[in-house]
This record gives sequence, structure tokens and C-alpha cells, in this order.
Amino acid sequence: MLNNRKDLLGLKDLQADEIKRILNHAETMKYILSQKNKKTPHLQGKSIITLFYENSTRTRLSFELAAKYMSASAANISASGSSVSKGETLIDTGKTIDRMGTDIIIIRHPMSGAPHLLAKNVEASVINAGDGMNEHPTQALLDMLTIKEHKGKIEGLRVAIIGDITHSRVVRSNIWGLTKLGAEVCVAGPATLIPPEIEKTGVKVFNSVQEALLDADVVMGLRIQMERQKSGLFPTVREYARFFGIDDKRLKFAKEDVLLLHPGPVNRGVELFSEVIDGDKSLINEQVTNGVAVRMALLYLFSRKGGNIENIH
Amino acid sequence: MRIFIKNGHVIDPQNHRDDVLDIYIEDGVIVEIEKNLDYSGGEMTVIDARGKLVVPGLIDMHCHLREPGYEYKEDIESGTRSAAVGGFTSIACMPNTAPVIDSQAIVEYINNKAKHVGLVNVYPIGAITKGLKGEELAEIGELKFAGVVGISDDGNPVMSASLMRRALQYADMFDTPVISHCEDLALIDDGVMNEGYMSTYLGLKGITRAAEEVMIARDVVLAEVTQAPIHIAHVSTEGGVEIIRHAKARGVKVTCETCPHYFTLTDQAVDGYNTMAKMNPPLRTEKDVEAVKQGLKDGTIDVIATDHAPHHFDEKNVEFNLASNGIVGFETALSLSITYLVDTGILTMQQLLQKMCVNPAGILGLNKGSLGINRPADIIVIDKDEEFTVDVNQFQSKSKNSPYHGYTLKGTVHYTIVGGQVVVRDKMIL
Repeated sequence: MLNNRKDLLGLKDLQADEIKRILNHAETMKYILSQKNKKTPHLQGKSIITLFYENSTRTRLSFELAAKYMSASAANISASGSSVSKGETLIDTGKTIDRMGTDIIIIRHPMSGAPHLLAKNVEASVINAGDGMNEHPTQALLDMLTIKEHKGKIEGLRVAIIGDITHSRVVRSNIWGLTKLGAEVCVAGPATLIPPEIEKTGVKVFNSVQEALLDADVVMGLRIQMERQKSGLFPTVREYARFFGIDDKRLKFAKEDVLLLHPGPVNRGVELFSEVIDGDKSLINEQVTNGVAVRMALLYLFSRKGGNIENIH
Repeated sequence: MRIFIKNGHVIDPQNHRDDVLDIYIEDGVIVEIEKNLDYSGGEMTVIDARGKLVVPGLIDMHCHLREPGYEYKEDIESGTRSAAVGGFTSIACMPNTAPVIDSQAIVEYINNKAKHVGLVNVYPIGAITKGLKGEELAEIGELKFAGVVGISDDGNPVMSASLMRRALQYADMFDTPVISHCEDLALIDDGVMNEGYMSTYLGLKGITRAAEEVMIARDVVLAEVTQAPIHIAHVSTEGGVEIIRHAKARGVKVTCETCPHYFTLTDQAVDGYNTMAKMNPPLRTEKDVEAVKQGLKDGTIDVIATDHAPHHFDEKNVEFNLASNGIVGFETALSLSITYLVDTGILTMQQLLQKMCVNPAGILGLNKGSLGINRPADIIVIDKDEEFTVDVNQFQSKSKNSPYHGYTLKGTVHYTIVGGQVVVRDKMIL
């Protein structure tokens, strides 16, 4: 465990050195991933459950593969087709999973704070795979791993995040993580999608994409949820793309060696245009690989209930 | 039955009493209040109130007793027990029961039940609209004759301004105060806490202060246009206090209340997804707390009500979004007010009693809230300096949903006398 933490609920609660240690472990895991035989015995005899109350492809799959590459027993529960759809409460479901000898529960939930509630009520370690608008710590860690690999550092970098800042748990986790490691975070998006008093987290807010992108070392696009348009937060997808979509021209405001990230899945031609998604600045596919590495590192670090990580190198 | 309360410091703002006096009660009514009375002999309960305050029983104009319909949260018996130990001798209960208090039958049910099992006086508040649906007026005249002391769709704001205007005109004809829960539902959207840094920090959907202020402004305008009185429930924002202050200065017949949580807590209490800090309107920020205190001090805010809102443990032990709104309040309201308002010099004890006895009685048209000769003896004896630690497990209420568990507060209720009957003695229910 990390500083004797039972759970990974968000980057908000982590210290900078804990984040660095996770990233170091992830680099080791990435080496394992690059081998012809990816199987390691690290999690033999450990059981890992993914408990997903929302749809997911890459997060769920990468957790599952991470568990399997490390020889853990892994199983999935979805909200539909389980006791959840029969009205069982989160706590009751969690206790049931707990009593089957589970070491780690990985939860995704549409409501902020759900992993915190679960963590209080189970002995298993809980890893947050995305809760409401709050945090998606493993996504931010894989983003940071990608940045660190290409830039050699995170401190002092200027990271621009563009899109729906209000509803994005990816943004929140990145803000906590990146600012703790000394990066400068700039955000821009429609005024209706900037959360109140976000400046207090230490980020800079810009009204225009160009200003936010200026001299950026890293640019992160965010998926725009189509239902936001229906609730009146912006007029049309077309207008969104016109003012906030990132194309070749806009990306030129950033530094020459800028990195382009996106948590996926991408709406092509909305938040990012195909020319940049498939362009030479884009690391979107590498992010996916790093997602597996980060999750392997986390499963390793958080499956050692009662162990003492300080003595393991 | 005879009761003789000796040597207590009597504070009775209505009758300008603020002195060490004795009170003699016989057959349920106050017979005499004077210095150094001498009653003895026969069967008589003697209460030595030396060093304590003897004041009118508190009146709560905003609570939820949950009966009929939600007896697993609270019922009239447990709710009035909770009120009694908290020093309340008269309480007005909101109509969001099941069925709703929108017919004579339900008013009579509550009144009968309260007569049989209630420890304190219970006054039902009727619905403004049938079923609290906000569509058609309830039978306000019949409700009034059945005994309601006011009407409100509390919890469900009347969203149609036109219907609210008609309700004010119509209720005024029956001299029935309209109590408005001011929140614009469209602005609330699916928000669950105050919108501000804390909602950003926790990733919870915020509720803009505008949701409350827009509706207060609307209702003040409607009251002005109709020349009818309106009472604004649980004011929580700086802007809300300001709108009411201006309206009062213009002569609009507006009164308002706040609750202890709006002058003691901020949205920081939500940190950790603490569902005990989830309520409607939501806990606001430091500057709102200051504005509410200022409003209490300068008289803009007339009343301190509890908004006692019991919920079952399971309804709070869930995801924050799913948790029920509200907290229990009877057993902490007086001590929170003493600790945060009187002890800090914001209000004198006289002024506090004005807001917890005299004003609510006046707004609801109850002949209560003071110590009148030949009036029913609703009296409490309190020690305003005695400290205690809040333990929700000791609450008389069926529900324990309070954010104040573990707080050390000042002010304890030693005796509660309702209609000349001692119902709480030495802090214990009889």
C-alpha cells in the first residue's frame, strides 16, 4: 500500500511523492508489457472485481487485462444484469463482494463520492475508476505517465485542457495531480461549462482556446457529452466545434513539440479534428497502452493488504 | 394541579419582564407572576429555578412530524417528545405527509392524534395546492376552519407565479399566512449542494444561490401587488436577506425565518460527502452565514425555526446524490442559538426569545409566546450556561440525522411545562 492507504479514491488526497512512486512503478510495468510474454506472478492468489455502474470500454478492459497479466483472478459486475438492478444498495453489494475474499474492488459510478462510501464499508481496497464529476485518478495517472515519458518531467510544463471542465472527472484528477507535480494548468471552454471558483484549485481560466493553447507543452482535449447541448449549455455541436474544436491551425498556438492527449472516446470533428487526432503530435493511442501499465502498478500497490511497501523495491 | 416556580430569572419579552420572579400556576393557567410569592401547602410541584432562566415555551413554526405516512422516520408521539426536551411547547407541522394535509380529514387526524399522544401543542399547516402538486389551490377555507395555522407547499415550491398570486389573495381572505419555500426548480436542476468552490472541489452538482433569491424576489413582488402577507421559509443566502430587508423597508408585508444550520454551518460541512450536511436550501458559505446573523441582529429575520426533518438512517447512509434532504432540529435549536448567537453577542436572550416565541406566535396568530396571567402555562426552565455534548443516540426523535453529533454546546432545558403540565423534569421526559 501507498503510505498505508487502503484505497485510491482520488489524486486530491495523494501527496506528490505518492504520485511519483505510482508513476515509477508504472514505468516498470510498461517494460513488462513490452515483453513477448506478458505474464507475471505478482498478483497470484489475489482477486479483483470490477464493479461498474456505468458503461466503459477502455477503463474496464485495461483493468481486467492488467489483473490478468499479473495472474490475479478477475471478475466483472455490471449494474445491469446483477442484484443492482434489483435495487440492492451500493453498501449491500459492496459487502457481498467483500465477503467473497476480494482484495480489490474497482468501482465506476455515476455519482460523486460513491467510491468513498464503498471504501468506508468494505475491507477490500477500493480503486476509483471514475465517480460522477469528481475524479478519475487512473486516467490522470496515465496522462501524467505519458507526459513524463515524452517530456522527461512534469514540473514546469504548461498543460492546456480544453472542453467541458464542469462535468469532467478527468479534468479534476488532472488538476490535482498535475499541480501537485508542479505543472501549470490552463483550462478553457464555454463559460457555461467552467465550474465556479475553479481558479482556487490553482489553474488559470481562459475564455478563448487560442489563449489557453499559447505556448502549451501539452494539450488535452475532452470528450463533449452530447446531452450537455440538450440541457442548454451550448447551442449546437457545430458552434462548439467552431469555437472550441482543436484543429491544426489552433494547435500551432502551442509549442512546436506539443503533445496532444485525449482520454477517449473521441468525437471526431467536434473537440478534436481528424488532422490532429491522427497527426504526429497525437499520443492518444499510446495513452491506452499506458493505461494498462498504470493500472498494473496500482493493482500491485493496492493488493498488498497488510504488507509493507516501504521494503519492496 | 399546582406548580410553583421559585427564584428563577423570568424573561418574557412580550410583557417586558426581565427579573428574578416567582410564578404560580393552578389548573393549567398562570395565576400570578411577582417577586417573592409565598405559596405552600397542599399538593404542589415546587421548582427551584435559582440561577436558571424561566421563559415562555418555544414555538417552532416549521417542522416535519412525518405522520401520517412516514412513521418510520418520526410520528406525532416521538416528534413531540423530541420537541418537549428541546424546549418547544408549540410546533407547527408541514403538510408533506402521505396523504398530504390538504383536507379536513387529515387536519382532524393530526389534531386528534396530537391530543392523545402529543406532549406539546401541535398545529398543522395545510397545503397551498392539492397534493402539493402546484396545480390547483387546496380548499384553503375548509383547511382554515379545520384548524390549520398557515398554508405552505414546503419542499415543493409553487412554481407558477400566477397560482402563487391567487393563493396569496385567497388565503388573505381567511387571514391565513402563506409560508413559501423559495427555490426555483429549474435553477436547482439536479443540484445537490451549494454551488461554489466546495461543489467544484467535490465534483457535486451545485445549486446556485439564484435559485432561492429569484423566488424570494418573486414572492415579495407578489405580496406587494396583492397587499397580502407572506412568510419566507428558511432563508439561507446573503442576497435573500437583502431582498427581504429592502421589501420590509418599502412596507411589504413580508416576514421570514432562518434555521440554526444556516447560521452555524457552511458548505464545507459537506466535505467527505457528508450526507448529514445535505439539505434544502443547501448550506451556503461564510458570507451567507454572516449575512444571516446580521439579518437576525437587525430584525430582518423575524423567526428562528428548526425545519426539523427526520430521516431514517438508511436514507442518509447512501450516495450523496441519493440522500434525503434535511436534519432533525428540535433537540439542538435552542442550544445552537444560545451558543452561536447569544454567547457571541449577536442577540440578547430577550431578542432570541422574540424570534423563538413571540414572532412565530404572532405570524401564525397563536395567542402564545408570552407569560400572560390567566393564559395556559407554557413555560420552560433553562440553564443558558450549562455545557453538554450532543449525542444523537440520546435524541428522543426516532431519527438521528444531525450534523452536530459530538458538538459541545451551551444551554440546556431542565423543565418543560405545557398547559400547566410538567412534561420534562430535570431534563427527562415524564
